[in-house]
Amino acid sequence: MSIFEYNGSALVAMVGKNCFAIASDRRLGVQLQTIATDFQRISKIHDRVFLGLSGLATDAQTLYQRLVFRHKLYQLREERDMKPETFANLVSAILYEKRFGPYFCQPVIAGLGDEDKPFICTMDSIGAKELAKDFVVAGTASESLYGACESMFKEDMEPEELFETVSQALLSSVDRDCLSGWGGHVYVVTPTEVKERILKGRMD
Amino acid sequence: MSKSVIEMPPKGGFSFDLCKRNEMLAKKGVSPPSFRKTGTTIVGLIFQDGVILGADTRATEGPIVCDKNCEKIHYMAPNIYCCGAGTAADTEAVTDMVSSQLQLHRYHTGRESRVVTALTLLKRHLFNYQGYVSAALVLGGVDVTGPHLHTIYPHGSTDTLPFATMGSGSLAAMAVFESKYKEGLTRDEGIKLVTEAICSGIFNDLGSGSNVDICVITKGAKEYLRNHLQPNPRTYTSSKGYSFPKKTEVLLTKITPLKEKVEIIEGGDAMEE
Repeated sequence: MSIFEYNGSALVAMVGKNCFAIASDRRLGVQLQTIATDFQRISKIHDRVFLGLSGLATDAQTLYQRLVFRHKLYQLREERDMKPETFANLVSAILYEKRFGPYFCQPVIAGLGDEDKPFICTMDSIGAKELAKDFVVAGTASESLYGACESMFKEDMEPEELFETVSQALLSSVDRDCLSGWGGHVYVVTPTEVKERILKGRMD
Repeated sequence: MSKSVIEMPPKGGFSFDLCKRNEMLAKKGVSPPSFRKTGTTIVGLIFQDGVILGADTRATEGPIVCDKNCEKIHYMAPNIYCCGAGTAADTEAVTDMVSSQLQLHRYHTGRESRVVTALTLLKRHLFNYQGYVSAALVLGGVDVTGPHLHTIYPHGSTDTLPFATMGSGSLAAMAVFESKYKEGLTRDEGIKLVTEAICSGIFNDLGSGSNVDICVITKGAKEYLRNHLQPNPRTYTSSKGYSFPKKTEVLLTKITPLKEKVEIIEGGDAMEE
C-alpha cells in the first residue's frame, strides 16, 4: 500500500479567463474506513493565493502550518503579499529540503499574479514544480482526473463555465476512486471575489 | 540547552528530520512514493561555431505523463546551458544551485563563467551525495577557451565529448548521432541532426515524448528555441467541447468579495493641534 493511499484525496486546479478554480474532495479516511466527510484540503494563504494539499493528512497539516508561518514572516518583512510564483518556489524549496526523508504531500498551488493573470502549479512530494497553462491534478484520483480534465478543458472559460467544468471533472473522477469522494469543495477566484461552493456528490 | 520551539528558516542544505519516521512507516509496509522522473532524451553536439543542446518535453510519474510540455534545458549562465534527466526535483535543484554559485563567482572574478567551472561544481555536489541525488546532465557552453560539451552521471563521473546523449532515450538518439555526425557541421545541419536524434527518442522511447526543445550557444550569443518542433499535436479534440446544461448540485455557496487595498495618498492635510 502506498503512503498516499492512506488517507485518499483528489485535487484539481484549472485556469480560466482572468480567473482560476481549485477544487478538492471532502473525504478523510484511514485506509478503507471513512472518518470525516467535511475535510478541508484547500486553504487560503492570502486573498489571491490558494494552496491545496493532497496525500498524508498529517503531513499536509504540518506543511500548511509551516508555509503560513513563512508567509507571515514574508509579509512582515516585505509589507506585501507573496506572488503565487514566489510562493510556489517557497513550497518547492521547503519540500526539496527534505529530499531524503520527504513529506508525503503533493501540493497544488493556484493564484492570481500580476495583472490578474491566473497561475497554477503542482509538485511531487520532493518539490519538482510542474507549471501548466491549463490544469493540474493531484491525489489518489489523479489518473482519472487527468483523463477527465484533458477532455473537458477549454481555453478561456468564464467563471461560471469554469465552475461547471471543474465540478464535472472532479465528481466524475472521484466516482471512480474508492478513497476519495463524499462531495466536493470548489473555489472560483476572480480579481473581485472568491466564490466557495460545496458540491453534492455520491456518498459512498 | 533546550531546542528552540520556533522553527526558524534553516541555514541551507538537506534536513533529515523526517527520515526516522519514514523508515518506521516503510517497516510497517507502507511503500515510499514514486518521484516525478523525466524519462527523457537529452542530447548535445559541438558544431563549427559552438554547441547545440536538445531535449524532449515529457515528464512522467510512474506510467502517467504528468507534464506534456516541461522544460528540460536549464539556464546556468548566459553562455552555458544544461539539460537534465533523472528525478525532476534533483535536476532542477542542482542546476538552480550551481547557476547561483556561478553568478556569485562571476561577481567575485568579474569574468564570464567557464564550462569547466560549472562542471566541477556539479560533479563535486553529485559525488558528495554518492548518487542519491539522481541527476544525469548534459552540460554545454561556449567560453573564452572555446565550445565545450560534457556529460555528468549521478555518481559524479564526467565525460568530455563531441556529441553526447543521456536519459532513457539515449540509445535511440545515439544511434542517429553515430551514423550521421561529422566534424564541422553548420548551424542548420547541426539543428537538423539534433532534431532527428530527439525525434528518434520521442518516437521509440516510452519515457520521452511531446515536443523538441533546442538551444544553440555560440560565442557571445545564444538562442533558445522552445518547442522548435511539435511532432505530436493534439488533433482529436472536438471543437465544440463539452457543455453541461444540467448544472451540478450545489449545497452551499459562499461569496467573499476581495477588499481593495487601502491607497496611500501622498501629501495629505497636515494634522491639526
